[in-house]
Amino acid sequence: MSASSNWLAILFFFIFISLTLAITWWAARRTKTTAHFYAAGHGISGFQNGLALAGDYMSAASFLGIAGLVALNGFDGLIYSTGWLVGWPIILFLIAEPLRNLGKYTFADVVAYRLNQKPVRIAAVIGTMSVVLTYLIAQMVGAGTLIKLLFDLDYTVAVVIVGCVMMTYVLFGGMIATTWVQIIKAGLLLGGAFAMALLVLSKFGFNPASLFAKAAEAYGGKVLEPGTKVVTGAWDAVSLGLALMFGTAGLPHILMRFYTVPDARQARQSVVWATVWIGSFYLITFILGFGAMVLVTPDVILKAGGGGNMAAPLLANALGGPALFGFICAVAFATILAVVAGLTLSGAAALSHDFWVSTVKGGKATEDEQLLVARIASVILGVCAILLGIVFQGQNVAYMVGLTFSIAASANFPALMLAIFWRRLTTAGAVSSILFGAIGTLLLIYLGPTIQVDLLKNDPVWLAQQWWSFPLKNPCIVTMSLAFAVGIVVSLLKPEPTSEQAFAEMERRAMTGSTGLAANPAE
Amino acid sequence: MPDTESALHVVAATRLRLAVVLTTIMLVLYFGFILLVAFDKPLLSILLSPGLSLGILLGALVIVSAWVLSFIYVIWANGHYDRTVAAAGQVAGHVGRPS
Repeated sequence: MSASSNWLAILFFFIFISLTLAITWWAARRTKTTAHFYAAGHGISGFQNGLALAGDYMSAASFLGIAGLVALNGFDGLIYSTGWLVGWPIILFLIAEPLRNLGKYTFADVVAYRLNQKPVRIAAVIGTMSVVLTYLIAQMVGAGTLIKLLFDLDYTVAVVIVGCVMMTYVLFGGMIATTWVQIIKAGLLLGGAFAMALLVLSKFGFNPASLFAKAAEAYGGKVLEPGTKVVTGAWDAVSLGLALMFGTAGLPHILMRFYTVPDARQARQSVVWATVWIGSFYLITFILGFGAMVLVTPDVILKAGGGGNMAAPLLANALGGPALFGFICAVAFATILAVVAGLTLSGAAALSHDFWVSTVKGGKATEDEQLLVARIASVILGVCAILLGIVFQGQNVAYMVGLTFSIAASANFPALMLAIFWRRLTTAGAVSSILFGAIGTLLLIYLGPTIQVDLLKNDPVWLAQQWWSFPLKNPCIVTMSLAFAVGIVVSLLKPEPTSEQAFAEMERRAMTGSTGLAANPAE
Repeated sequence: MPDTESALHVVAATRLRLAVVLTTIMLVLYFGFILLVAFDKPLLSILLSPGLSLGILLGALVIVSAWVLSFIYVIWANGHYDRTVAAAGQVAGHVGRPS
């Protein structure tokens, strides 16, 4: 893009950075305890948390990626949109309320509730870190590539800037700053996308069908039909669907957000708001994709580079000139920052709360020590994010997002479900379920076409003949089922009476937020 | 105590049933859509009106159905469920955790 549009983008970006750093400064003075650092003092309302959840979840991949996918292929983008949304009702029906009532800062609090703390916490840290690191790689590489494209900045410089700004939010402002960064980003993204969709529709009599018809007229009826871009085979489609649907309910940075609200009722409220915002956003993105197809044309989008990622910014340029282009570029940058901040904070919580305090120190650590360890963990993760971003430069990391959701659905989700709903879960059952889910997913992705064909460029026919090969791109259908099965079988082999006895008390607490026992010093 | 305790058990069982039913409906709708995408592309390619294929309509409806199912749950939970749990909490002398 021309230099004049670039400086507008940079101006908008600096306004966003100044505003969020001011909020971080304000939040830093309020962050005095671990409850502030990890959970914003449980003082976020359901409505605010709904926006923040949407901010955490609507990544650059879902904005620029889906708009690009639709602009180049039409219908197929809708498959991702629906998959990424339908996980939210599952969180609402099964997880949000018990999670809020049973835990303190991380989802491991809930899994470990009636079990032997140390082994379960260590397994949960492995599950959390696998998700956080793979997602961070995808986000950081995406950040570097996008910012290079949008602002003409050097890749490494872009990755370092994203890492440092994000670290500032998390390190000083903790969850309070992270929450407000996400709320502002969600507002900007929803507002910007909605305004663009209105501008697009105004050219088609405010009737989306006229827009789709125009696209079909120019590029053929196939843009309105399922193609081969997303779904390659039936089992792959189902497996990807499972990963998207249940992976959302196993993402540590999403689960952690439920502790920022005061009670289960607000947790419930916040999921509904998040579902409304995210669903609207995906419907709007679908319109934007078709808008870009008709108004910008696929040739121009492909020529701009980034494999379709420029569709939404180019559409902004076509609709509102350099000002809107600059605004949307800045929003895309803000989007990346907010998502990596949320990820880093949840990783820091796992390392400090689950590993250091609950495992190494046996739950005995002063507030000051806990805060210090949490901040050291944030810096370590921030540096890791920057290094991983640089190491994976130029590599195809598109599979990382699918991998992230697959690990989340296979390692974290089954253990969480069994812990909340199954009386006979044992420590060994929970630990083996998490480890089996995490390691199994990594192994099967490695042995499948995603790594062997797409990345290592092996011949698919050769691969299919190998005894060790795995046929699916996404292993979730196998790994998630096995993680449930392993958790159940291992638990049944050797019962744990203390866990079974604590189930009734846990059930009561999951509903009411208290155990109902009059003299419980832990209350 | 026994009265509110049993009311709590009843409402807990109802919540679980409702959650399982709504989850199942969501699963059926979503995987119904995905399986149609995988197995019956001609059906989804049918044009209902110029520009609007059955596939686009069903995809949008999956998103809308997620909203409708969420609203059903939240209306029930904010009303009946919260009232019952609050009543039990008051009798037991606990209304939620202080944190």
